[in-house]
Amino acid sequence: MNSLARYYTSLDPALQFALLKGIEIVGVLLAVVISVAFMTLAERKVIGWMQGRIGPNRVTLFGIPFTDGWGQPFADVVKLLFKEIVLPASADRVLFLLAPMIALVPAFATWAVVPFSPSFVLADIDAGLLYILALTSLGVYGIILAGWATNSKYALLGALRSAAQIVAYEIAMGFALVGVLMVSGSLNLSKIVLSQSGPFGWNVIWLAPLAVIYFISGIAETNRAPFDVAEGESEIVAGFHVEYSGATFATLFALPEYANMILIATLTSVMFFGGWLSPFDGYLGADSLLAQPSFVWLFAKIVFFLFCFLWFRATFPRYRYDQIMRLGWKVFIPLTLVWIFVEGLMVYWHVGPWRH
Amino acid sequence: MISVRNLTKTLLLGELLQGLGLTFKYMLKPKFTVRYPEEKTPQSPRYRGLHALRRYPNGEERCIACKLCEAVCPALAITIESDVAIDGTRRTTRYDIDLFKCIYCGFCEEACPVDAIVETRIHEYHMENPGENIMTKDKLLAIGERYESMITADKAADAAYR
Repeated sequence: MNSLARYYTSLDPALQFALLKGIEIVGVLLAVVISVAFMTLAERKVIGWMQGRIGPNRVTLFGIPFTDGWGQPFADVVKLLFKEIVLPASADRVLFLLAPMIALVPAFATWAVVPFSPSFVLADIDAGLLYILALTSLGVYGIILAGWATNSKYALLGALRSAAQIVAYEIAMGFALVGVLMVSGSLNLSKIVLSQSGPFGWNVIWLAPLAVIYFISGIAETNRAPFDVAEGESEIVAGFHVEYSGATFATLFALPEYANMILIATLTSVMFFGGWLSPFDGYLGADSLLAQPSFVWLFAKIVFFLFCFLWFRATFPRYRYDQIMRLGWKVFIPLTLVWIFVEGLMVYWHVGPWRH
Repeated sequence: MISVRNLTKTLLLGELLQGLGLTFKYMLKPKFTVRYPEEKTPQSPRYRGLHALRRYPNGEERCIACKLCEAVCPALAITIESDVAIDGTRRTTRYDIDLFKCIYCGFCEEACPVDAIVETRIHEYHMENPGENIMTKDKLLAIGERYESMITADKAADAAYR
């Protein structure tokens, strides 16, 4: 251990930095992947509970008692990795295999700018919000390419639906974030979190409609129920991932979708619910333990929003496609514009975040 | 005025929250799932499962090869051949039930004048090789001998309603 530390200090500072960041990146990615694994279990469990069932309960985690079903995600992963990858005869082979990776990269890369705690963020860049907007819109390319490369009508329809839907909701999402920008005056995510400190500081208090619209658009963006027409089992079989199997299915569908869900939950917490700030910050004394900012608060908020994802899926039936388009273009975009105007009035009259 | 009220109702997501409340309530309720091999649902004494051929308490076969069950069987699952036994009585030499054809309607049991063929409450059985679906006379008699006490108890429990 001592010699390892000595070796580390003997390295070039740039190399030291690269090594440290590399370890951090691997750590964050591992955490995301493990969260995705347990998210699949949580999804089946929570939806089961809401339907009066108990969900997966056969595979225990390494035989530890009272972990019924906890080993299910790992059993699923092993199954998917050992299954055959079917290449449709008329598919574009290169794109067919490339699409899952293209879907995977933005889902992971976005985590670089997320502030996990007051002291830990992989890349504390000033254009963090722009980076996130750019990468989340890139995620749809994996889906579009998968749908096109499969060379099947169902897959193409699913891909087109997904593309049109993401274009519609991306705008509402962008406008909702403009509202956040007006409050924080910065694109740096850590500064956005800091701007929400103090009593009644959370953006959700003054930007409640934008928070709701952002989260709903996030659900639409990740192609989750009730906006999952890109898969639409009852209409177009499975949409863009009809012909995917085994490991390609896991990397195209499961990993990015769930990673994006966790990302949207994280971003909603960061933008509107104070990120790693404590909910008691500003109400209790600054030296009280409950008021300390930490990763625990962010984690709790993420868990709540992920639960909302599952809750919505268990509750709402799938939207009809034209209704999705109507909601995106004719409801969300005007509503966000109206609220941005209201925010302008707040700035003018010095209310809310601008009272000082 | 009504349209304004409807608009506010829609914007405040009232009905969506109502639905969410319902699913949340169900999440906390006890679950309906029965963890099958460990837990089992209650079973009626009338349950129609695996077949059995019974004997009288003195060990004599009940079946007299009248072939009423074969005649009544809607799925033609029963095949019977009969001959005169050494003691001069009429006995089956072959009594086969094809479990793949059988629809477990219980007509054979109803038709039997001597309560020889019965359907027991056994429903957890399986076949591993081709041909095991044919329940021969020996197999049926063996089941009858093994579960005689259960069969008599079930018959007694149901007797009041016949």
